[in-house]
Amino acid sequence: MHKPGMVSIWFFIGMILLVYGAIICAAGVYELYNPPATKLVLSNLHSGVWWGGFLFLVGLFYSIHFRPSKTK
Amino acid sequence: MTATNRLLSLSSIDLIIVALYFAVVLGIGFYLKRFTKTGEDFFLAGRNMTAWIAGLSFLAANLGSLELMGWAGSAYQYGILATHWYWIGAIPAMLFLGVIMMPFYYISKTHSVPGYLKLRYNEPTRALSAISFGFMTVLMSGINMFAMAKVMQVVLGWDIGFSIWMSSITVAIYVTLGGLLSAIFNEVLQCILIWAGALLIPILGLIEAGGWTGMVNKIAARLHDPTYTHLWSTLGNFSDNPMGIHWTGIVFGLAWVISFGYWTTDFLVVQRVLSARDLRSARMAPIIASVFKMAVPIIVILPGLLGLAVLPMKLVPESQAAITGQPSYNAVLPLMLARYCGPGLLGLGITALIAGFMSGMAGNVSAFATVWTYDIYKPMFRRQASDAHYVSVGRWCTILGVLVSIGTAYLVMQFASIMDYVQALFSFFIAPLFGTVIFGMMWKRTTPAAGFWGLLSGTLMSLVLYLWVKMDPSALRYVALSPHAKALAEDMYRALWSWTTCAVVTVAVSLMTKPKPVSELEGLVYGVTKIPHEGPLPMWKQPVFWASIVAVVFVIVNIIFW
Repeated sequence: MHKPGMVSIWFFIGMILLVYGAIICAAGVYELYNPPATKLVLSNLHSGVWWGGFLFLVGLFYSIHFRPSKTK
Repeated sequence: MTATNRLLSLSSIDLIIVALYFAVVLGIGFYLKRFTKTGEDFFLAGRNMTAWIAGLSFLAANLGSLELMGWAGSAYQYGILATHWYWIGAIPAMLFLGVIMMPFYYISKTHSVPGYLKLRYNEPTRALSAISFGFMTVLMSGINMFAMAKVMQVVLGWDIGFSIWMSSITVAIYVTLGGLLSAIFNEVLQCILIWAGALLIPILGLIEAGGWTGMVNKIAARLHDPTYTHLWSTLGNFSDNPMGIHWTGIVFGLAWVISFGYWTTDFLVVQRVLSARDLRSARMAPIIASVFKMAVPIIVILPGLLGLAVLPMKLVPESQAAITGQPSYNAVLPLMLARYCGPGLLGLGITALIAGFMSGMAGNVSAFATVWTYDIYKPMFRRQASDAHYVSVGRWCTILGVLVSIGTAYLVMQFASIMDYVQALFSFFIAPLFGTVIFGMMWKRTTPAAGFWGLLSGTLMSLVLYLWVKMDPSALRYVALSPHAKALAEDMYRALWSWTTCAVVTVAVSLMTKPKPVSELEGLVYGVTKIPHEGPLPMWKQPVFWASIVAVVFVIVNIIFW
């Protein structure tokens, strides 16, 4: 779907997943050491940490694989 | 913004995630403006999309936030029967579009479905379908906008006006700047974010419920009713299932008329496939989309069923919720989000809902701009003008479409009952349009006069049946074949009558009037069109191969959840 000089949509997707993953994982790690007063259901699974980490890794892969210098 | 009576509270991290999303979609719009110069760029994204991009966009344009929250609510209300709208109510039609119909749309090089009707039939048929499509599109967009804002008010305490203006101005900016190219780019992004934000709920829900079997047992124990988790086995009688529907309504009304009508003739979704870079990509796009469509119940239906199993409170219909203040069925997805998601994840979940809304709205306004420009403005007001002029008209139409949608949203705010009326109206146009397109595409004897009168009579039949039941509720036994039929069931049967009327009138008028010469039907009709050969492709690259695999999986999952 590329016109000359156009950055791939997958790069944008990779970047946003990378940033979201980092934020969510960091928030999850913070909660690990500073548990909130009101606990969520299944909070013992620390879903923020692993889901954020997963999004970060997927985002990292797409950001590198579809980086502008490679797709131009 | 008010903070009273809301279901969820967003932390600063959540707000950063939501704000970042708005910044990225706007940034994409500004970035793509430089690549959107011609009419082909603006209205058909340069016809340069890969099968994957066109397929994901095709799916995302349909995945509005109401789709997410509404069908999760329907799963809570009706059980697994709601899955029919994702499986038999979508997959066969999507495969049919990819394998059979796409070549005709693509080869004709039409800009739109009404444009195809002009080539196949005549100008009046195009005008009728273009005007009804344009009218319905902005109306539906406004109604969805209001419903979304209403949900945001209930869930987050956001002011309705704030939600409407914030999201619609964002959509207006990025679609006006980059046209369909920008809409498609953002729809693919939104599709990924919807999955990223919503997939965690069924994963955690199944862990809590003790897996699928645990969930089924919990639902049966709580409701004292085992029918909520069966897809087909309860459809032998209207009164045996929570939806009050018979299998004939699902198979003929939903799977044949509504589904084929929507997925093969609604320009909102077909426009995405027309943007594909070649015929093979155009054929593969709906097939790729069908794989994801088959998986959507994981993030929509399953959370609704899990809500039935694990939520401590009982959700109620919208009408009752407005009086008692209890959460309604539509709140099941946000409630499940609040149950499992902490800071960050909650922001991502809310972003998924907002992304769903914006992808649906962008789909509506970009389709509206194309149909208005090419099928109403160009033939009726200014036949000869430069390409740049039509791009400019398209941009203004996008803004106009958004403004009319906002106006409709405020109108609905004053007259909430319009919601029911327009939901029904929407199905009026889809069912007969499918009759007109399919007869035109598959039967060369269909005449221009038959196309117009079939479309008009089918639409009128829908309207008459709707008004008949409104004025005399006992007429439901004739229209929906049972006095027990619920609203969804009535819609299915009304669509079936409407399509049948269109079909009968189309055939009758065709036999009485003169058809077009065969030479004029080349590239438009089955049997007189030479489908370009795709070359010596290996089997695994052929659309028919993948469509067959999807069809087999489709049959298997229906048997598993019988």
